[in-house]
Order: sequence, then C-alpha cells, then structure tokens
Amino acid sequence: MENTPITLVTVVTFLPILGLLIVLFLDEKRADTIRWVTFGTAIVTFLVSVGMLIAFDPADPGLQMATYYNWIPTLGMSFHLAVDGLSVLLVMLTTFIMPIAVVISFDPIQARVKLYYAMLLLIETAMLGVFVAQDLFLFYIFWEFTLVPMYFLIGIWGAERRIYAAVKFFLYTMAGSLLMLLAILWMGANAGTFNMTALLDKLAGGELVYPDGAETLLFLGFAAAFAVKVPLWPFHSWLPDAHYEAPTAGSVILAGVLLKLGTYGFVRFNLPLFPQASKDLAPLVAVLAVIGIIYGAWVSYAQKDVKKLVAYSSVSHLGFVMLGIFALNAQGVQGGILQMVNHGLSTGALFVLVGVLYERRHTKLMSDFGGIWQVMPVFGTLSLIVVLSSMGLPGLNGFIGEFTILLGAMGSGFISGWFTVLAAAGVILAAVYLLFMFGKVYMGPVTHAENRRLPDLNWKEMLALVALVVMIFWIGLYPAPFFGVMDAAAGSLAQTFTVEAPVEAVAGRPVVPIPPVLALPGY
Amino acid sequence: MEGLFNLAPLVILAPAVGLLINLFIGGRLRERSVGWIASIAAGTSFVFAAVLSFGLARSPAGGAVYVTDWVKLPLAGVDIAWDLRVDTLSVTMMLAVAGVGTLIHVYAIGYMHGDAGFRRFFVYLNLFLVAMLTLVSGNNYLVLFVGWELVGLCSFLLIGFWLHKPERDPETGEIAGYKNTAAAKKAFIVNRVGDFGFLLAILLIFWTFGTLTYGPPVAAHGEEDGAHGGAATLAAQEAEVASEDGLCVPHGEGVFEMAEAFMAAGCDVKLGSSRVPIGAMITLITLLMILGVTGKSAQIPLFVWLPDAMAGPTPVSALIHAATMVTAGVYMVTRSNVLYELARGVSVLPFGLTSPGVLTIIGALTAFMAGTVALAQWDIKRVLAFSTVSQLGFMVAAVGLGGYIAGMFHLVTHAFFKALLFLSAGSVIHGVEHGHHHAHDAPEGPEEKTFGYRHGVLDPQDMRNMGGLRQKMPATFWVYLIGALALAGIVPFAGFWSKDEILLDAYSRGDATGWFALILLMTAAAFTAFYMGRQVFMIFFGAPRTQAAAHAQESPPIMTRPLVVLAFFSAVAGFLNWPGTHSFGHWLQESVAYAHIADFNLALALLATLLALLAIFFAALLYYWRPALRADGADRLGGLGRLWRFLNRKWYWDEFYELIAVQPFNGIGRFLAGRLDGDFLHDWFHDTLIWRSFDRAAAFLGAFDLKIIDGAVNGLGWLAAQAARYLRRVQTGYVRQYALGVLVGAIVLLFILVLPLLIANSG
Repeated sequence: MENTPITLVTVVTFLPILGLLIVLFLDEKRADTIRWVTFGTAIVTFLVSVGMLIAFDPADPGLQMATYYNWIPTLGMSFHLAVDGLSVLLVMLTTFIMPIAVVISFDPIQARVKLYYAMLLLIETAMLGVFVAQDLFLFYIFWEFTLVPMYFLIGIWGAERRIYAAVKFFLYTMAGSLLMLLAILWMGANAGTFNMTALLDKLAGGELVYPDGAETLLFLGFAAAFAVKVPLWPFHSWLPDAHYEAPTAGSVILAGVLLKLGTYGFVRFNLPLFPQASKDLAPLVAVLAVIGIIYGAWVSYAQKDVKKLVAYSSVSHLGFVMLGIFALNAQGVQGGILQMVNHGLSTGALFVLVGVLYERRHTKLMSDFGGIWQVMPVFGTLSLIVVLSSMGLPGLNGFIGEFTILLGAMGSGFISGWFTVLAAAGVILAAVYLLFMFGKVYMGPVTHAENRRLPDLNWKEMLALVALVVMIFWIGLYPAPFFGVMDAAAGSLAQTFTVEAPVEAVAGRPVVPIPPVLALPGY
Repeated sequence: MEGLFNLAPLVILAPAVGLLINLFIGGRLRERSVGWIASIAAGTSFVFAAVLSFGLARSPAGGAVYVTDWVKLPLAGVDIAWDLRVDTLSVTMMLAVAGVGTLIHVYAIGYMHGDAGFRRFFVYLNLFLVAMLTLVSGNNYLVLFVGWELVGLCSFLLIGFWLHKPERDPETGEIAGYKNTAAAKKAFIVNRVGDFGFLLAILLIFWTFGTLTYGPPVAAHGEEDGAHGGAATLAAQEAEVASEDGLCVPHGEGVFEMAEAFMAAGCDVKLGSSRVPIGAMITLITLLMILGVTGKSAQIPLFVWLPDAMAGPTPVSALIHAATMVTAGVYMVTRSNVLYELARGVSVLPFGLTSPGVLTIIGALTAFMAGTVALAQWDIKRVLAFSTVSQLGFMVAAVGLGGYIAGMFHLVTHAFFKALLFLSAGSVIHGVEHGHHHAHDAPEGPEEKTFGYRHGVLDPQDMRNMGGLRQKMPATFWVYLIGALALAGIVPFAGFWSKDEILLDAYSRGDATGWFALILLMTAAAFTAFYMGRQVFMIFFGAPRTQAAAHAQESPPIMTRPLVVLAFFSAVAGFLNWPGTHSFGHWLQESVAYAHIADFNLALALLATLLALLAIFFAALLYYWRPALRADGADRLGGLGRLWRFLNRKWYWDEFYELIAVQPFNGIGRFLAGRLDGDFLHDWFHDTLIWRSFDRAAAFLGAFDLKIIDGAVNGLGWLAAQAARYLRRVQTGYVRQYALGVLVGAIVLLFILVLPLLIANSG
C-alpha cells in the first residue's frame, strides 16, 4: 500500500501527547495550570474527534481516514491508523470520558499533580491507539502501552492496598497479552504481514489458510488477552481489586474505556480473522457470558461496599456485551458495541457517584450512608437517573443496548435461545442489586449525624454528571444516529457468519434452507 | 377528521410540559401554583384525548401517528419507531387515565397540602401520566414496553415517596424498618419478574413477524359464528404467506394480520437454527405475556407487591394502584386479542389447556383468593387493596374468556368507583388524623380501648379505631356508600353492569374453564359485597370507638368535590354499555377484532344480585345490628379461629416467598460473594495458588517468551525481556522500577514509531 498523509484520526490519537509535552514543561507547583492544560487538551481532543465524526461516512463499511506508512516493510509491519463503523463510537466514547475523568480529579488529586495528569494524557493516546490501529503489531504496542499509566494511576494515587491491586492488574493483563503476542507473531510469520487489511485480503483470497486446529488455537490466543481485559467470567478476579483501589478517575477510565478494549478486540480481530472458530466457540463464550451476567449481578448484591458493588456490576454488564457479539449477527454486534458505549457512560457515571460520596465522607461502605437523597437533592436525582440507566430502564440508554443484544441473541443461529432467557433474567437481578444500593444509600432516613450537612454537587461534579446524563437520555430516546454510523460496518461483518448450519427439523419436517425474507443480513 | 389524530403526541406532551415546569421552576412557585400547573397539564391531556375521540366518532377505524425513528438498524432489518396509535381502544384508555388522573391531581392539592415533598409529588404524578399515556397510545410493543416499565418506575417513586417514614414495631415501639422503601423496592422487583416474561415475548414476536407494530386492524370477528370464521378467507393467501418449505414469510405491516395469515397457512417459524410451528409459537408468546400481566396487574403468583404498595400516599393508591396502572395487563391482552384468540385454538399445553384458558384460571383464582383475604383485614386501605387485586382478577378472567368488552368495561367502571373508594378512604384517614390532633386538645376522656394506638402512635387507617363517622363526615359517607354499592354490584350502580357481563361471558363459554371461572367469580362477588358491607358498617355506623373518631372532621372542599364527580360516574357509568344500547361495545369493536357483544341474562343477574344482598345482610348481622367488635376487641369473624388467622395473614403468601425466594436468594448471594468469589477464587486460587507458584511459572514463561522473540526486532525483544525480568522478580520489590522501565520502553518505541512518519510526511 502507498504511504498516505496524516488524517484526522491520527491527529485525534496523538493530540493528548501534545498536551503531555506541555504539561511536562510546567512547574509541579503550578498545579492549577497543569489541571487546566490537561482539561483543555482533553476538550480539544474531544472537539477534534467530533470533527472526525462529522467527516465520517456512515454508508461506507470500510476503513476511513486512514493514515498508512510502511514502517518496517521487511517484517510486514505498518503504521496504519483508521476508523470504521465498529470503532468510531468507541473513539468518541474515549474522547468524551477523558475530560470527565480530568475534571473530577481537580479536587481529589493533590499529590504529584504533574505526573498524574501526564498519566491521564498518556493513557488517552494509548486507548485511542488501540481503537484505531489497523496493524496487529502496532495494536499490540498500544495495547501494552495502556497498562503502564493505569498501573501508576492505581499504584500511586490508589487506596490502602493499591500496590497489591496494581501488581495484580498488571500481571493478569500481561499474562493474557503474552498469549496474544504468540498468536500475533504466528499470524505475521505465516502471512508475511501484520496489516489487518492485508491479512483479511489474504484470508479471503485463500492465500492464508490455517492448518488443522490452528484457527481455534489462534482464536484462543487472542481471546486470552481480551477475556482477561473484558473481564469474562472466570477471569474477573483482578477487576474488583483494581476498581476498589483505583482513584475515582482511574475507575472511570477503567470502566468507561479500558474494559472495552477487550470486547472491542473480539469484534475487531477474533470475529473477522477466525470466523470458523468464532462460530464453533460461540456457545462456549455465550456460556461464560451468561454465567458472568448472573454471577456478577448476584455477587454485586452481596457487597457491603458501594464501589465493589459497582465493580462487580461491570462483570454482569460486559457479559451482555459478549453475548451480543457472539450472537454473530448484525443486531447482536451492534447491540454489543452500543452497550460498550452505554456501559462506559453508565458505569463511568456510577463511579463518579461513588467518588462524590467518598470525597464527602471518606468511606464507601453503604451502611455509612442512608437518606442522602434528602441531604443532596440534586445529586440524588442525578444518581437515580444513572442507576436506572444502569439497570436498563426503557427510555434510557442501557435498555436500547440490552434490547438489541437480546434481540440478536434470540435470533442467533449459533447460540441457543436459552442463553437469551438466562440473560434476560439478569435484567431482573440488575434491578435487585441496584435498587438495594439505592435504597441503602439514598432512601430511608439520615441515620448518621455526619451525613446531615453534606454539601450538594460542586460545578465540576455537576458538569461531569450532567454531561453523562445528557448522553444517557440521548441514546435512550433517539439512538438512531448511533446505530446509523455502525450499521454498514456491522452488517458487512455479520455477513461473514451466514448460517450454514442445517435447520433442525421439528416434528419430522424436512430440513430446509432459510427463506429469502427471513435471511436478514443478520444471518 | 383524521388530521385530528396528529394531535395524539400532545396527549403525552401536556403532562411532560407540566413536569418540566415544576421540575425546573417549581421550586420558586407557591405550593398551590405547583399543584394547579400539574393539574392543568393533566386536564389539557384529557382535553386532547377528548378531541381525539371526536375524530374517532367520524373515522372510527383510527390511525397511526409516526413521531420519530427510534431503534433503527436499517441493514439489520430492525425498524422500531416512536409510533402512536389512535383507535377506540387507545382513546378509551387515554380518556380514563387522563380523566381520573385530573380529578386525582386536584384532590391531591388538598391531600398533600403542607407536605415537604409537595412539588416532588406532583412531578412524579405528571411523570406517571406521561408513562401511562405512552403505554396506552404506543403503536408497537416496544413503545408499550417503555410505558410498561416507566409506570413501574413511577409506582416505585410514589410508593417510596415518604422515604423516611419509619414503621414501628407494634410491641416495642422500636423502629422496625422503613416500609415505604421496602414496599417500593418490592413493587419494582416483582414487576421486573413480570417484565422479564413480557420482554421475551417481544423478542419472539420480532423473530416471528419481523416487526413489533400492531398494524392495521384486522377484520372484526365478533359477530361471526365461531372465532375463526375470518381465517378461512385468509387461507387463500396461503401461497404468499409461507415459502415452499413451509416457513412463515413476514410480509405485511402488522403483527396481527400476519398472525392470522400464518395460522391459516399453518407455517413454521424459524428461530435461530430451529423451527417452531406457528401455533406453538403464538401460545408461547401469549404465555410469556401472561407473566407480564401477573406482575403489572397483580395476579397470582406476582400480586404480592400491590397490598404493600398501599404504603404510598392515598392519591397514588387511587390513581396508580387501583384505577390505571394495574389495569395495563388487561389493556395489553385486549390489545393482543388476535393473538389470544388464535392461541385458543391451539392445544400444545398439558390437560388440553390453552393460553387464554391459563389466563382465565389465574384471574378467577386471584379474584377468589384476594376476596377471601379482604374479608379479614382491619386496615381500610388494605381491604381496598385486596379488593383491587380481586377485581383485577375479574377483568383478567374476562379477557381470558374472550370477553374483551366486558373486561374493558369493568376496567372503566372500576377506575371510577375504586378511585372514588380510595380517595374517600383518604378523606376518612385525613379526618381521623385531624380528629386525633383535635382530641389531644380536648379534655381527657376515659381510658379508651384502641388498636394500633400504642406508644403514642395512632394508626388512622385501622378500622377498629373508627366507627360512627357518618355524622362527622357526611359528604365522605355518601360518596363512600355509592362507591361501595358500585363495587358490590348493586343495581343500578356501575359495577353491577360490568360485573354482570363478565359473569355472563363465563356462563356462555360453556366449557370446564368457563364453569370453573363462573363458580369462583360468583363466590368472589358475594365476598365483595360482604367485605364492603363490613367496611361501611365498621367505619360509618355504630358508636365512635376512639377519641380520634369522635372528633373527626370533614375534609375541605378541594378534596370532596372531585369525590362527588367520581361518585356521579360510579353511579351512572354502567349506562355506557347497558344492555339496551351496548354503545361501549360497538365503540370498542372498531379496534378489537374479536370483541363480541354479550346479551343480558336476567336469571344470572338476579342470582348475582341476590347473592350480593344476602352477603350484605350477613355483614349487617355481624357488624351493624351488634357492636362491630366483640367485647374482647376481636373481630366478629374471629370465631373462625385458624381459618381467620390464615385469611388475616393473607394466606401466608409473603412468608412463602420469604422462604422460597428471598432467603435462598440472599443465601446464594452470600455464598457466591463470600465463599466462591472471595475465599476460593480471590484468596485461594489467585493469591495462594497462582501467587505462590509464580516464581516458577514466571521463570518458565520468561524463557519461553525470550526464545520465541529472540532475533526479532530490538524494540520488541527489549520489551519482552523487560516483561520477563519483571515477571521473574516480581516479588522482590522492584515492581515499580520495572513498570517504569516498561513505560520508558514504550515511550521509546512510540518515538521510533512516530519519527519516521513525521519525516515521511514532512518530506
């Protein structure tokens, strides 16, 4: 491929690094300047990404605004950044969450300010890089690169057991990544290129053929890294620790974006590169996803600490995303991607709520609260909206994602309808644990004298929550544009998975192919 | 006149505007202004609904109003829009909801006067109207579902309205819990169980018909002999409906017309990788919907939330938990009448049952069970709550029997008289509370025997604390009496006509299910007359049993005037559909394909009336001609012993669920979180097993890694070596240093990466 000039995608990806350079030259003592420079950088990045979204053509299922550079041609490595319908919303999610993560750090973070904001900017570029990289090797670099700032965010600014949590976070994700590295190296060695476009072309053209059993192994290699990151049950053990110990902004980034790197990896790499293995293993992934949905919700319910409760809820929510993706039809994939965005908004917002509570009382135990709604009415109302969004109330964003996922899963030719039934039961459980939390913290009387005079939201918290709540309503009431940008790309991805499996005969009827009208692109 | 239909969104928008005004600027307004803004918003909604009904009078077929796109995935074949439907069924519901709603708004201005959460209350009340009107006016199942869950949310918010009102243990006076918060959560969660079924039904509808839109009305079937007369004509279209291999091919605009055509063709539905015969599929869909009905419309087994929901303010009980929200299930079945009637012809269930048969049995059992419980309660609102459950059972049984007109008719009359009864009960409670405050100023009377009056707290809802209120609260008495007579089914009040139609539907069905329903419903009707008689005698007749009752005061006119309006309708609403004209039936037939007009059966009506009068006579025997309570303070029915306790404790339903659902749920939760996730996965598996064997594993991994990567790019090798060394020495305390190393390495790599690019571009 020819080298191309720099596009908006590349600008968005590396803008935070520009801010980082400015921050590095600022004096540690000028904390407010550092804060505002970081915030300004994050806002500018967001605005430029909006420009990118405007330039994006929803009708084109392929890669857009690509920057291509033959980086190390002898090894088949390229510097290839681009967006398509599958990634554009996640890029937007990242640039949207980051200003929020920055602004809610203004008050809580008073130590080593310069390093802190440098880490925030660094992780933004790393995460954006993961979403836009179109070369396996480049992707791997960005992927590993996200670990480091998060490691420091947890390890330096975290709670009591921060070192333990940071090391655990680092090791688990690293262990998974190494298996992925092996798979990536196999791909590069056998195909002669790491570039995704070239790889897919070779696959389609029959130039790259997997030896017997290799496809499944390679799938599992990639899946090892992604499943830990998601986290798919039972690889979730690092998550509650990491969330619990991380500073508020760290949790917001972790839940808001970082976990989506895993689910996105499945969509971007596992599905198109290993279609047969995806079909074969879809029931297995669906089993783990559904266990995660129910297990995460149930364990959430039994928590005494509000931050742990929210952390486990992520296991449950991301189970939905995984179920949608492995429905392997257009509805499921689109629902999965939209639910990634929704989870970023809702769970990000939930962690902001926890941060607000923690800033005021320096405790996260639910029993230390009660009656907060009366004390902080504005906060209480916004909290209710966030909680309802997280439990999938129709009219808010979570419902749209869950509904589309369940729709895809119910009609999937690859996984049984029973998964849908169990996943839908998870919707009940979400109401149980979230209302339990809301009842304990917000409703009832004020049981602790310390809680009687808590100040309501300040402008920074207000800004963060209102921005999130606006998005929560928008996606809930008018999601058409969100589906619009990914419809073409998801449709073309789903076409890889046309049902070939024979239709099971019921009551002795002959086995027949699908009628044309029912053969939606979803099949 | 069809242009008028475009006003439909305004019906929903009006309360939404009221809500927003009060939410954002209501804080700066006076209490009364807030109340009137909300009431006017509700009234405006009613006016628009009335305008729609004029439009329908001219073009009764109705129409759909597209508002905007919603869940739209064009290439994936999903297009679910914000789409409203104007037809006689939806407009009937709009009129009932907005009409009763407006009266209750006005009443609440008086009832909630002085409450700290006055504005919040009216915001919720308007939100409820928005949700309920969305539910009834949606043109597809997903819009219905939005309303369906949002009314549940409003119910949650309004039951929990008095967030901090404690419930005291009657023995010790200690705070035992927060019953509003608990009841609110219970309502939401139990409803979610029902919604789970409904949601699955919606998913199956989509994969069966390719759409969720109701579609144009199918031809009316009510007047024909045999329910499936219309299907024969559709059989001609068989070729277009099913593909050569016998699979159903979605082809039309709406669910119902396709359902008819598919059934006629007898094709199979493809779901995922399996195929299901259309009859079985429709049965499954309708059964899943029934789960939703049992949640929202408080039927066995999910009715348990409704009695507790009475912890909310009384206007809420009247509006949401009696008149409107709880009838959503009846509306939903009526809306889906085509599916239920098609399912009636399919027997894939054991014992020859069909899904409408299941619905009938559930409704009849609920009507009976709740009727018995209502006999043995002392709390004035609790009696009405169980009465509501029982009456909902009547409606559900009616629609299960195919009596869609009877069910809807009873829904409307019940909305009037049950709202009236609840609001009047609110007035009684209000009066007794005032009497209680007044009595404290009055000279102390003799030591009085009171119930629920312990530790300085009087329970103003306990009927044992009342008596003789007829003289103190005459207006309330008369409207209560009208409501009670209407509920008891005494001619010519509203309840008589609608209940009679339901009994007739059961009678004319003629099969085992019909007889089963008839016997249970007849019994329940007699119980209804008995417990309403008991209530009226205990509250309004005899001598006051407490100082509070002796000093009770009549409520202000802003509360009593809406009562008079409701009383008027409770008295005359029966003539909407009285046997001479059946105007309500003909009106509904425009939109309910399988609605059929029931004749009047004099013998059945006489029998029902006789039973009701007899029951009232027994009630008078026990509670009027003798003191309402025995000398030892026990109920006159207390002689029933264990049966009394069984009824008084509500058949032990709550205890049953506590045992089979709540405790196991909590126990498993604790086990999963504590033992499995905590002790096993976190502490043992990860910390002990993995952590401890880490050195060996790390060394191995590191070597493995190095070998593979050796000879690869310097940068990569360097990174892997860092990782490997880091892994090996992780427990030596250098983790931070090495992570820093990785960071530096990564930055260097990035630099390597970007630099040539910059050079290439600058050149």
